[in-house]
Amino acid sequence: MVSITTDPIDMNAAYQYVSTDSAGAITFFFGTVRNSTNERPVERLEYEAYDRMALTKMQEIADEACQRWNVRKYVIVHRKGNLAIGDIAVLIAVSTPHRADAFDACRYIIDTLKQQVPIWKKEIFEDGQVWVDAHP
Amino acid sequence: MSNRVSVQLFGITREIVGSSALTLDLPQPGQVGELLSNLKEQYPALNGLRSLLVAVNGEYAEADQPLHPNDEIALIPPVSGG
Repeated sequence: MVSITTDPIDMNAAYQYVSTDSAGAITFFFGTVRNSTNERPVERLEYEAYDRMALTKMQEIADEACQRWNVRKYVIVHRKGNLAIGDIAVLIAVSTPHRADAFDACRYIIDTLKQQVPIWKKEIFEDGQVWVDAHP
Repeated sequence: MSNRVSVQLFGITREIVGSSALTLDLPQPGQVGELLSNLKEQYPALNGLRSLLVAVNGEYAEADQPLHPNDEIALIPPVSGG
């Protein structure tokens, strides 16, 4: 299941979704809003998504993970809009029969999402704003 | 014959252009590379980005991909999700 939402991410719903009797392992990754970048205090983040393409890419990444590893169930959900310090920006949950696949698939999904999925974040500082990684 | 395409803009490209979409007349048949060079000329700040890709109908496109008026086209500045 892949989705993009403006609402807070519900980790319990994700756990319920990936739980299955054939799984002996469930991994979660939470990407959360950090309070500083290079020691500069961050006030909040704004996320923007090209929804249609982002969902397509998220599904492609999930399909590839299912090809490579023995994935039983997965959830990939990314939040957009205004996020506060500590909020969950992205959640990846994977269930597999054995733990190695769960770790590897989860790692692959978040790493590839960060490289390929058209979602952008802007850091809002007390004295300015920066689109993350936009410039060399 | 003109080849008018519309382009969706996100993140820093939306701020550089000052709008979430624009329309552009390209030569017939226009290609992704021409779209990019045209936009970089009109909006020089686009040249300062770490990368700038074009998506056509939801897929990343190469410079020689042709563009048609009904294509869904988007500028993709460096992504930073997660």
